[in-house]
Amino acid sequence: MELKLNNVLSDFKLQFKIYGTSSILIEWPKIISEDVLKNMLNFKEFIENNYVKQKIHIISSYNSLLVVYDKGIDNIYNEISHIESWYLSFEDKNFNTTKLWKIPVCYDLDFGLDLEDVSIRNKLSIADIVKEHTSVKYRLYFIGFLPGFLYLGGLSETLYIPRKSQPRLHVDKGSVGIGGAQTGIYPNNSPGGWNIIGKTPINLFDPKAQNPCFAQCGDQIQFYSINKAEFATLTTNMKSNSYTLENTIVHD
Amino acid sequence: MIRVLDSGFFTSIQDAGRKRFQQFGVPQSGVMDNYASSMANAIVGNTSECAVLELTMVGPKLMFECATAITVTGANMSPKINGVLISNFVLINVCRGDVLSFAASTIGFRSYLAVSGGFKTEIVMGSRSMYKNVTSNHCVNLGDILKINATKRPIVSHAYIKYDNTYINESEILITRGPEFDFLNSAQLSVLFQKEFTISEKNNRMAYQIKELVVNQFKEIITSFVLPGTIQLTPSGQLIILMRDAQVTGGYPRVFQLTEPSINVISQKMTNHKIRFKLEDSFT
Repeated sequence: MELKLNNVLSDFKLQFKIYGTSSILIEWPKIISEDVLKNMLNFKEFIENNYVKQKIHIISSYNSLLVVYDKGIDNIYNEISHIESWYLSFEDKNFNTTKLWKIPVCYDLDFGLDLEDVSIRNKLSIADIVKEHTSVKYRLYFIGFLPGFLYLGGLSETLYIPRKSQPRLHVDKGSVGIGGAQTGIYPNNSPGGWNIIGKTPINLFDPKAQNPCFAQCGDQIQFYSINKAEFATLTTNMKSNSYTLENTIVHD
Repeated sequence: MIRVLDSGFFTSIQDAGRKRFQQFGVPQSGVMDNYASSMANAIVGNTSECAVLELTMVGPKLMFECATAITVTGANMSPKINGVLISNFVLINVCRGDVLSFAASTIGFRSYLAVSGGFKTEIVMGSRSMYKNVTSNHCVNLGDILKINATKRPIVSHAYIKYDNTYINESEILITRGPEFDFLNSAQLSVLFQKEFTISEKNNRMAYQIKELVVNQFKEIITSFVLPGTIQLTPSGQLIILMRDAQVTGGYPRVFQLTEPSINVISQKMTNHKIRFKLEDSFT
């Protein structure tokens, strides 16, 4: 599998497209894979370290980078051939130093509104759902959809479940859910169609903080189970700002 | 200070928006009609980054608690000071206690009120643009006090500022190719460039939907970036024109991209207005 994906990348010619008036879209193969993510994030860093002509900023999604030019682009074709030649000379490496974040989740029925439903439909006990959900180190691909919404890869197939046919008009901030093959956390109160299995007391998005979201693309996220008493304590600590999220440095 | 006596239909503080926070999932936001708001800032002598008040369809009723100089641009909502009609695009010095009121728009959909020095409301992530869960409020409400700096003496307009308001009634919308433009076949292209389209009642700062459907067999794409001005075409045939408050990513094919001036034109459209698309580049 590893080898095959590397072949996909080595045979693949990046696609460059003009997007809007001041950005270039660079597209990788249309697959969701850690190899693509790694190659993309490394190339992003390479451009950031080598580009000197003007201020740019680069954002990443599953399989594309968007290079945004603060002052607009004079000659788009020059820019594209420039970045293209960089890609040819650039050498991929492993993921940069990333972090593993441990996120507490309370999988109590009071918070996990759909736990029983998921249990019946996926033929798993609630204890097994929690075990499956907490055993994986999820990869953070990017942040999108809502401010602070993490796109995570790596959900166990045993937990795949379609979105609810009737979305809820209100899902609590911090709710942890599963929608199709994805798992994620609602960073704020919002309507939502995912199956809710728990809730975290952690604040995922703080617009007034220096760093509005704790994690970065490429980081890993792992959930761990807490009980209601711990949930209450952590909620209090979050409110008084006396709680710092745990992380460890990963070299992979 | 300005006291809000009536909030109008939907009124918000906007500036140039947040350009560097999409990596956190934060929309760009900012003024919908960049032309009208730039004019407003220029007339009162502000730099173009100053925050203005964006009014939608029916403007608010505001009381000035200090002297300042103001102007109103964009849509015509028949602004009045103390009940006396004033013109758009004119610099007016107001005194403490003066009341500025608006009626429903007769031409266009969004007006801009600039005050000398700009609105001094909270800055979050480098911008005063209001957006839910980013700023404390997502719109201006009855009873709000909006911070502005008082002028010490009346402002005199020196420069004659030329403006052209004809774009407000423009129905031709210039587009360039979006990343998935090539998904479109010749039949779909001829529909898109020959038919007239109607703005649906689902239109706001996030997106404008189009009533007519464009039949397609497109698959969703892997979630990727979208920008203000991107037109998505959903598998059910829905055209969605993304605007300034659009989410930063989306999963529908991005067939078109509006030119910047056309984003201003769409910002002045309301339900049932008609538009036509025209490809701007020379590849037609």
